[in-house]
Amino acid sequence: MTARTLRRTGMPNRGGWPVKLSVFLIVVLWTIPSLGLLVSSFRPASEATATGWWTALFSPLATDWTFANYANVLGKGGMFDAFVNSLIVTIPATVIPITLAAFAAYAFAWVKFRGRAFLFAVVVGLLVVPLQMSLVPLLRIYQATGLTGSFLGIWLAHTGFGLPLAIYLLYNYISQLPKDIFESAYIDGATPFTAFTRLVLPLSYPALAAFAIFQFLWVWNDLLVALVFLGTTSDVSVLTIQLATLAGTRGESIHLLSAAAFVSMVLPVVVFLALQRFFVRGLLAGSVKG
Amino acid sequence: MSEAVELQAPVQNGRRWGVLRDVVISVGVIGLIWLGLRVLRDPEAFSEWGDLTGKLAQAMLALVLGIAGIWALFIVVNSLVEHLPARAAELVRPWIFVLPALAVVAVYLVYPAIRTIIQSFTEVPEGGGIFSNYIEAFTDPAVQIAIRNNVIWLLLAPAAAVVIGLAFAALADRVKHESLAKTFVFVPLAISMVGASVIWGYMYAWRVPGTDQVGFINGVIQFFGGEPIPFLFEIPINTYAMIVIMIWLQVGFAMVILSAAIKGVPVELTEAARIDGASELQNFFKVLVPSIRGSIITVFTTIAIVVLKVFDIVYTLTGGNLETEVVALRMYDAMFRFRNFGQATAMAVILFLAVVPIMIVNVRNLRKQGIEA
Repeated sequence: MTARTLRRTGMPNRGGWPVKLSVFLIVVLWTIPSLGLLVSSFRPASEATATGWWTALFSPLATDWTFANYANVLGKGGMFDAFVNSLIVTIPATVIPITLAAFAAYAFAWVKFRGRAFLFAVVVGLLVVPLQMSLVPLLRIYQATGLTGSFLGIWLAHTGFGLPLAIYLLYNYISQLPKDIFESAYIDGATPFTAFTRLVLPLSYPALAAFAIFQFLWVWNDLLVALVFLGTTSDVSVLTIQLATLAGTRGESIHLLSAAAFVSMVLPVVVFLALQRFFVRGLLAGSVKG
Repeated sequence: MSEAVELQAPVQNGRRWGVLRDVVISVGVIGLIWLGLRVLRDPEAFSEWGDLTGKLAQAMLALVLGIAGIWALFIVVNSLVEHLPARAAELVRPWIFVLPALAVVAVYLVYPAIRTIIQSFTEVPEGGGIFSNYIEAFTDPAVQIAIRNNVIWLLLAPAAAVVIGLAFAALADRVKHESLAKTFVFVPLAISMVGASVIWGYMYAWRVPGTDQVGFINGVIQFFGGEPIPFLFEIPINTYAMIVIMIWLQVGFAMVILSAAIKGVPVELTEAARIDGASELQNFFKVLVPSIRGSIITVFTTIAIVVLKVFDIVYTLTGGNLETEVVALRMYDAMFRFRNFGQATAMAVILFLAVVPIMIVNVRNLRKQGIEA
């Protein structure tokens, strides 16, 4: 998307001022909501609850800019613990499905076994099943086995919900790898396992990265799965839950709420801006997540 | 790995020791993972470390377990398989690669989905027939509102996101700082729906008319002499106000995919139309839009599915009160507020039936375009 390739565009000529103005207007419209929140997160309570955030922008010198809101939400507000919990949930919930999916996709693409085509069709078919279809029976299993409120439980839940898409994406990529490389690897004495770790994984990094970012953002930003399987107790509560709870109980304390919102947004936005290239690929292909 | 080697006795002997070693390692690895998970479950395990270090130690353990654990499992199981006779190894090996994924998918998707469908007919209130969950769903006024709202969401959000996204993609294509402009519209995609709800909850904030407004929109309205509107508390504006949030989030997605599609349209096509005397607008609607039809369908159906399952925004902002209920939230409430699991499964099935046709259009369309990873 950002690549400066040869311009072969449908509308090659530059627009005049109406075009520039409309682009500018949309950009402003799309930025104002986040900007307002960002400004408020640095205003003291007395100002943030009394006047609009734009007054601070018009008179920046009269404003008492502060980091107190961030200190407050990270400590008393529980956002630091929630941030760590989000990391604990998200990183394995990204790595585990990728690992399982890469192994499976490789076998579906390159290892012959009975029932291969059928099983692959079933996995891809599961893309149409919304995760809501799983919630009630899974919750019962979790309650019976004591998995509710455990990190293992939510890793596996996100793994289950992410796998069909992961396998589908990685299969599409891995099955396109040239056949010769596997043949020569086997001649050199590689087992399927070493062929997988030494050849398939390094060669499919664009697809792996694309899915990784997609899954990372999905899990980090998820509310429903966390609410159902992890719950709202403070020792496991993740950022989205903590933020939604703050929004419910402290709706009026905009200075705290805005700081909390930014704590929850900073990592995905940074990851996303840094790895946009891969993310766009993930988006193009990942648009079918159930 | 030639067969000849296997027949030699000394190697055979060495192999046996190898088997023993690998079995011990495997048992050890599995035991360690099990132990680690036990410690992770124990809320007291890190208590004496102090708040901060305890939390970070727990995080480290969780990460090591989650990431190294899954790899260690694959490696040890694979090392065991290598000790089997060549024939057996050949038979077993593919299953080591696919079984873990298939098992998780079976437990987390296949079994629960079947169970949900069955339960929606069997877990009925005392004396109810097999359809009573569905009859209740369609006659309960609260659920009717939820379904009606889902329809409103579905009618407005995907279409608006596609139109704005397409317009912006086409416009931005013709300005100098295109990628910078697009980044601003794109960033909301990385923001959670909860975060977006907080952002917009503030945009919509309402204060008594005449006092200082803190919400931007009401600030503007009051500045121009209008009466501030309590967007999130007034029926039916509240539902539309939340639909705007979804549009704000999804336009970036529409824009990226449609922008990529526009850049894929051969320049000869639009040039030819221009030479034939087509105006810019005619060119846009008669040449550009038809040639990116596939991408438009992809974007539309994808957003439609997200919108059908909308939950976070309503949960965060109104909790489904004031006639803002949607199906996914109703299902959550059936589970956790009313403890009516039969009703919850019926809501899930309704959602499923609504998603399937859209998903089929989506997947077919993707196939046709050959868009793959």
